[in-house]
Amino acid sequence: MKAFQYVRSTTAKSAIEAVVKDPSAMFLAGGTNLVDLMKRGVTEPDKLIDISRLPYNKIEKEGSGVRIGAMALNSQVADDKLIQEKWPLLSLALNAGASAQLRNKATVGGNMLQRTRCGYFYDTAMDCNKREPGSGCGAKEGYNRMHAIFGTSEHCIAVHPSDMCIALVALDATVRVQGPKGERTIPFADFHRLPGDHPEKDNTLEKGELITAVTIPDSPYTKNVHYLKVRDRSSYAFALVSVAAALELDGKTIKSARLAMGGVAHKPWRLLEAEKSLVGQSVSEAAFQKAAEVAMTGAKGYEYNAFKLKLAPNSIVEALKIAAGLTA
Amino acid sequence: MKNKDEMIGGRMSRVDAVLKVTGGATYFAEYEVPNLVYGVLVPSTITKGRIKNIDTKKAENAPGVLAVLTHLNAPKVPAYEAKEASKTSSGRGPGLMAFHNADVHFNGQPIALVVADTFERATYAASLVKADYQEEKHQTELKANLAKGNVPSTNKSLQDYQRGEKDAYKTAPVNLEEEYVLPTEVHNPMELHGILAQWDGPDRITVYAKTQGVKMTQQVIADTFKLPKENVQVHSQFVGGAFGMSLRVWPHEIATILAAKKVNRPVKLVITRNEMFTIAGYRPHTHQKVGIGATKEGKILGISHWAHVQNSNYEEFTEATVAMTKFMYQIPNVNTTYRVVPLDICSPVPMRGPGEATGAFALESAIDELSYALNMDPIELRLLNYPEKDPERDLPWSSNYVRDAYQMGADKIGWSSRSNTPKSKMEDGMWVGYGMATGTFGAHRRPATARACMNGDGTLLVQSAASDIGPGTGTAIVQIAAEVMGIPAAKIRFDLGESNLPDAPIQGGSATVASVGSAVHDACLELRQKLVELSGNALKNAKVETLVYEDGKISSPKDRSASISYAEVLKRNNLPKLEVTKESKLEEEQQKKFAMYSFSVHFVKVHVHPATGVVKVKHAVALADAGTIVNRKTASSQMMGGAVGGIGMALTEEAIIDHRFGRYVNNNFADYHVPVNADVPDIDVLFVDKKDPYTNPMGSKGLGEIAIIGMAPAIANAVYNATGKRVRELPITPDKLI
Repeated sequence: MKAFQYVRSTTAKSAIEAVVKDPSAMFLAGGTNLVDLMKRGVTEPDKLIDISRLPYNKIEKEGSGVRIGAMALNSQVADDKLIQEKWPLLSLALNAGASAQLRNKATVGGNMLQRTRCGYFYDTAMDCNKREPGSGCGAKEGYNRMHAIFGTSEHCIAVHPSDMCIALVALDATVRVQGPKGERTIPFADFHRLPGDHPEKDNTLEKGELITAVTIPDSPYTKNVHYLKVRDRSSYAFALVSVAAALELDGKTIKSARLAMGGVAHKPWRLLEAEKSLVGQSVSEAAFQKAAEVAMTGAKGYEYNAFKLKLAPNSIVEALKIAAGLTA
Repeated sequence: MKNKDEMIGGRMSRVDAVLKVTGGATYFAEYEVPNLVYGVLVPSTITKGRIKNIDTKKAENAPGVLAVLTHLNAPKVPAYEAKEASKTSSGRGPGLMAFHNADVHFNGQPIALVVADTFERATYAASLVKADYQEEKHQTELKANLAKGNVPSTNKSLQDYQRGEKDAYKTAPVNLEEEYVLPTEVHNPMELHGILAQWDGPDRITVYAKTQGVKMTQQVIADTFKLPKENVQVHSQFVGGAFGMSLRVWPHEIATILAAKKVNRPVKLVITRNEMFTIAGYRPHTHQKVGIGATKEGKILGISHWAHVQNSNYEEFTEATVAMTKFMYQIPNVNTTYRVVPLDICSPVPMRGPGEATGAFALESAIDELSYALNMDPIELRLLNYPEKDPERDLPWSSNYVRDAYQMGADKIGWSSRSNTPKSKMEDGMWVGYGMATGTFGAHRRPATARACMNGDGTLLVQSAASDIGPGTGTAIVQIAAEVMGIPAAKIRFDLGESNLPDAPIQGGSATVASVGSAVHDACLELRQKLVELSGNALKNAKVETLVYEDGKISSPKDRSASISYAEVLKRNNLPKLEVTKESKLEEEQQKKFAMYSFSVHFVKVHVHPATGVVKVKHAVALADAGTIVNRKTASSQMMGGAVGGIGMALTEEAIIDHRFGRYVNNNFADYHVPVNADVPDIDVLFVDKKDPYTNPMGSKGLGEIAIIGMAPAIANAVYNATGKRVRELPITPDKLI
């Protein structure tokens, strides 16, 4: 890999300043994705600002919600008692991701910022608009089995690879950011973006902005939740399709629902219309099938990923059935 | 007292276990030699054509760089000059003449080798080398090029074969014809490939290699550089897995030797995981078709088997894909066809169960399909067509207990709870299926030489240039020596992996114990005999055939006072040590008298998730009819490892090329899915454990290959039993079942 400078930051302010100053400087947290990208020559920063020692690794109650520090490790969040009790969907999603070793190293902020796993993005000898804007999309007419069925553009059909983020978008989380212009918050659903004309931009962060925390509001989804991840092997594989499902039940009646999908779009794919279709319904396979049908509106398959048009609704129904206790 | 676990048939732990788990085992990349520098390869980014220009300036000027080796400045290779690269050393030579000319034969072919003072600097400098190419149209897709298949010119046993009537299956009362596709699979041992090379003088080379045969590597390097064999020293004491990929010398190994010459310093090359896919072989993508026909009662009347196999465009690779079809069942009419399809890709190389593992997927799937067509239990169908002798060569089996294995496996997996109607059984919301398949591989034995040396202190040194890529060869050899000599294992040392040791064959084709073990057996036997002869009157004229060898002593069974230790024998004869070197091989006549094969049977139970198509292997039983089991513990591990490989073959592994560019798109461990622990169920390993009277002195038959052969079709058959869906193109990923 290209030689780079390594700087360890002790304050957020100095870290932000360092990144703002240097056009090719980047934050380094767990490094589980960034270091791979550097080894492959996909990302070549001149300077890494190590933020892993900044004091943002706590998981704390905040009002009736929770504030998760951006530097909290994936395994730490997954194993946290409060999270398991109040937001079990997040714990389930985290444990479905990567491998135990990676979860012990990867941070919450880093997980949100991981890049797509599209093979064309990783191979510097192939075309990729995300890596090299204007070079073309290798995947569109190439091997696109893992790729998106929603929200694609002619420039990019890559998917966002995180599991954690699928639960966070379903749980209406908010991202807290500190930057050169001060602090701001971003609703989780607006944090990641669709590729559009700028697939090189995965999210709405500005240069030098640092994620300090993710907050999740109080949630009634403590019991009837499930994270279903369909993958080619039982661990350490990205989702073909994943579904985060959460139901608030009053007896057999669905008071409210949360649904999001992974492995289908350039961002965590919240299914608002499908959620609405479930409200007021009785728990039943028919209602779940209807929701799945609604969820699939606008889906479009490519040569190798057309199976997702069937796998995705199947998975939605299955995840809802498990969440509702209709199926083990 | 003899420790039973140290004898043949015992469960002794690996002799190198402690070294391996404490970091005491030194692998090729870990050798520290003075002045060592590091090589990193630059891969081509086109698939076919010629290098027009190669710009190495930037790389040469990068910090720490000593040289950038290309076809323009590489030292000459005598064998390449003579155009002998693929002809040398029985096809185990480099084949492709990398750095010899501007030709590009496949995507990722090394076009430059950067040498620098650190690995990191070499890696960075390699990214600065840029080439312009004159590109030609390439072909990498097997399916689109089946018509270009050639009859192999290098392997007589793979010429078209016919016994009885051609395509007789077509006229049988019950028949079917189906295609079976296996994708490219990559060995991916944990240890990366590479070599450390050093010139000890203008005509002397030392290498630390990752090889399945130090003598093979020595021969290839000697032939390639036209040096006397003894001028080439090869060290390879520990190998971190290979599965066949190290059965030859690869072009990048020769390139590293060239680089060492160029910079006049030792050079180490460790290739990347990505390069493990592109430049170091694979199990070839294979299209097969099987036609099979039987009577309504299940007597198979005819079978035809066609195979088209992915190959490179610069040499020919063959493997016995259609061999099993000729003899596994008693079938009067058989014809087979094998074609190699030259494509613009690196050459394949044998991968665990070469040929047979691929062929068994087609054959054993077809047998299973036939059983459903006949509405017959697939075991019953196999028993009905069991060959009492080898129907291909009309020879008796040296041993064949496959019927016993069927019974043992059926009992263990609970075959009686299987339904013969697919998609008829559910458990915990999952479709349940049972499947089984047979595997076989030749029980080979190659000539080998061993030295056995009794030292003055009563310890035994055994030596042979064998390899131990993981099966536990060293352990089995110590047990064989312990058994013959009656010496505790702790007093026996076995040296392997050095080219200056007595001749041993490559570790391939499941033949090491049979070959090297026999040589050790015979050498020890002769050494023991010599020690008896030198024992003077200590044994009080006890009959030689009644003598007992235990605890490092020779004793008379009748009179325990008539006893003498080996050390004492040497002492009395004023000998510091006594040594025997012996070559051992199977008599050719014996080989012509018997059909010698190992057999395996795999049984599996699977769950298939109806909504998502996810397959889980819930239980597996792996059975081996492999003669005497020398070490039950390491043999059991080997069978388990093979079964795990079979799970990968059946469910997860597939190396994918984007044919527009001829480049792999998933050549890494995140996207090429080797099974993880969570994919592996309880695996019960059972051995028939009956001595083969003819194969070798121990009565063993090889195990390494049969461990995987048949596992993939057993799973595919179980998936069909569970779902009613017959997947004929591996791997069986969820998308194929929903």
